[in-house]
Amino acid sequence: MPESEFAVELAGITKRFPGVVANDDIALRVRRGQVHAICGENGAGKSTLMKILYGIQQPDEGTISVDGAVVGFRSPSDAIKAGIGMVHQHFMLADNLTVAENILLGAEALHGIGGGARKRIAELAHVVGLETDPGVLVESLGVADRQRVEIVKVLYRGARTIILDEPTSVLVPQEVDELFDTVRGMRAEGFTFLFISHKLDEVRAIADQITVIRRGTSVGTADPRTVTTRQLAEMMVGSELPSPQTRESTVTDREVLRVEGLELAGDGGGRPLLAGVDLVVHAGEVLGIAGVEGNGQTELVEAIMGIRRAGGTVVVGGRDVSRASTLARREAGIGYIPEDRTRYGLLATQPLWANRMLGYQSRPPVARGGFLGLLDRGAARRDTERIIAEFDVRTPGPDVAAAALSGGNQQKLVVGRELSGDPVLLIASHPTRGVDVGAQAGIWDVLARARARGLAVLLISADLDELIGLSDSIKVMFRGRLVADADPSTVTPEQLGSAMTGAAMTGAAMTGAAMTGAAMTGAAGTGTATTDAGATGRHRRPGQGAR
Amino acid sequence: MKRIRTVLLPPALAIVFAALLCAVALVISGDSPLTALGAMITQVGEGTTAVDIINSGAIYYVAALAVAIGFQMKLFNIGIEGQFRLAACVAAIVGGALVLPPVIHTIVIILVAAAVGALWAGIAALLKAYRGVSEVISTIMLNFIATGLIAFLIRRDTFGLLQGNNISTAPIPESGRFPGISLGSSGTIFGMVFVAALLGVGYWYMLGRTRFGFELRASGESPTAATAGGVDARRMVIIALLLSGAVAGLVGIPELVGRDFAYTLTSPQGYGFTGIAVALLGRNHPVGIALGALLWAFLDKSALALDNVGVPREIVLIMQGSVVLSVVVAYEIVRRYELAAEQRRVSAQLRAVPVPEQQEVRS
Repeated sequence: MPESEFAVELAGITKRFPGVVANDDIALRVRRGQVHAICGENGAGKSTLMKILYGIQQPDEGTISVDGAVVGFRSPSDAIKAGIGMVHQHFMLADNLTVAENILLGAEALHGIGGGARKRIAELAHVVGLETDPGVLVESLGVADRQRVEIVKVLYRGARTIILDEPTSVLVPQEVDELFDTVRGMRAEGFTFLFISHKLDEVRAIADQITVIRRGTSVGTADPRTVTTRQLAEMMVGSELPSPQTRESTVTDREVLRVEGLELAGDGGGRPLLAGVDLVVHAGEVLGIAGVEGNGQTELVEAIMGIRRAGGTVVVGGRDVSRASTLARREAGIGYIPEDRTRYGLLATQPLWANRMLGYQSRPPVARGGFLGLLDRGAARRDTERIIAEFDVRTPGPDVAAAALSGGNQQKLVVGRELSGDPVLLIASHPTRGVDVGAQAGIWDVLARARARGLAVLLISADLDELIGLSDSIKVMFRGRLVADADPSTVTPEQLGSAMTGAAMTGAAMTGAAMTGAAMTGAAGTGTATTDAGATGRHRRPGQGAR
Repeated sequence: MKRIRTVLLPPALAIVFAALLCAVALVISGDSPLTALGAMITQVGEGTTAVDIINSGAIYYVAALAVAIGFQMKLFNIGIEGQFRLAACVAAIVGGALVLPPVIHTIVIILVAAAVGALWAGIAALLKAYRGVSEVISTIMLNFIATGLIAFLIRRDTFGLLQGNNISTAPIPESGRFPGISLGSSGTIFGMVFVAALLGVGYWYMLGRTRFGFELRASGESPTAATAGGVDARRMVIIALLLSGAVAGLVGIPELVGRDFAYTLTSPQGYGFTGIAVALLGRNHPVGIALGALLWAFLDKSALALDNVGVPREIVLIMQGSVVLSVVVAYEIVRRYELAAEQRRVSAQLRAVPVPEQQEVRS
């Protein structure tokens, strides 16, 4: 073993992409046997940096040193040989193979596929705390166990330095605690971790050292024992922070959306994707849906939009649209911010004004009407210019392709479009996912103002602070059912997290009377705060936010 | 400026590249590329070649439009061939049997052809929309069925007549013919050439100015985003294929009502496949397709002259093949380059304006 104080050293790393400098002169030194956190907003350049360290991309400038020796990685296999492993945010597992097969896949040469391999897997499973039988199929595992399988996979390939890319984004708070216990245990055995996150409470809880990245460059390091979440967040965004909050209630008793008995069968006769979902959203109300991803939120939204055919009734503004097409539902006054704007919201190579027409091709100002369905391109352009001005979309003009904009500006365009034409209901699926802090604050503000004007909003989000901050009421979704109600003025992210795992379905926990042990002891902030200060974020009420 | 470069550069590069490739092939086989080129260009002025190029170009143009309608939403209607042949055959039978006043007679023939083309493509459309059958497979199969059906339709005991050694449908009377523009010894330009041009204008207008065109392009660009935007994917598949088939049905009409006046065993084939190549060459753009169709027709018709200078005519096939391949490659390269350049330009322009670090949130 070569001895050097630092397991990994990056110096002067610069990487340019068309249109952006993703990394600009980044320096990073990771001590052996430590958990080194890398913090930064979405789009700050964290992922690019890790891809460079893992050999997926090559830096334009700068050097990488492992154990004191300069290396040049041309591919991930070079990085693996140097003892660096990466656990991706989106797992790279084959569902239809067993745990052991997933671990061995591509690494058959190391210990064969027989007894030697089994023994090694058992040892590593113990290190990582993976308790499932290596013979079971990965598809039967939960998210936390899949993550452990991923970690075993990189250890099996000889990794001593492990990159965890946003490992907590798919976990509920209790699972995060377990992951951290595992990481601490492995650190004690000499493993080094690079922990990528933008969740600052988590970073402070686990890291020995923090490097903050903003706009593609490293702006400094911090000691998690002394730095506050607020200071860290300010390093990340370079200025004062916004927080999601709505002020006094604007809820009326006028029903805008009524969903009754929504049913959607699972593929191949499996567990139903939606089972008897009932909900009502009133004018001026934001109804939040909490849930771990994959519990039916996507299907719920698509069923309400008419993209999927589901049983049950959907009434919008007093009109039964259960059998109506997606376009008819949009015409009935539904605006729709899809969860993945690049796949569901935008035509990437089309200019912005053409994107303005999508979903509005049958209505003024875009459509002129008539038998041929003529479009008014001039009006579409003018209205796009209005959106650009009103929603602060940073673009040279309405003629550039949607793909040329940054994620936050794309999202502002989508939000602006979906609020055009006076909708009565807005379905917002992860409206601030993958956008920068400035755009996030802008979108929160837009949603709050639209609510004040009487818009009904169905909000689906994985960001619990966003849900708690924006919603007038919250329902928790688990395995296709709405299993609990929560009052955003009293509920904590931990309590929501419990309900999301299906643990506390009685609703008792949701009143705050019976917090789970994990939540009580959850060391300094295991919440899922993204940009908010932990201390004030804990018991924030609408109208009494952190700001 | 930028648009012109994006649109014109790739085909220009591709044609130059393909020409170079042919030149190399000629040099290797011991012929002079310049002699060959000279002979082909001189040929345009000879006899009816110029008019033949325009007439063939119009036919290729219609076929390519039919393909391009499908391409707009990533549907590959490879069955233009079967659709146009069956349509021409049925239209010839109907046209030969009816007695109608002039003009109306011709219009009826054209409408019958469009309807038959749409119907034949409609089988593939329904299979695709309701059973998920790939339109590539079903239209290829329908091509074979069309061949068999035509053979049955022009048998002597159905609608065929024996004309010398050939079997033909009953000839279309004078009233059903589409008069062309006679240029004396240089030949006659089909009247249908102008209909083809009108189809091109209609195609352009539909794509850019109508809701259907927008939905078509949106479905092609991103089916998921189109669905979320209220575009009915199933309806789009059906309408796009029906429309593609209707246009395909017109491919055989210029020759039917302008020259042959009957459908015979030896009626031309292969236009459907040429249409695919021309649509690729013209990148589904109405003007691009027109230029592609003319280039293709020029290569086809001028090739006759190569025999006179002792150059193998097959060199033209090399040229046609390589020009399509290089156009596809060149467009892809330029498209990627332009997208990257646009992203660079947008961020450069945005950086020039001082952006406040943090926008004011509660205004």
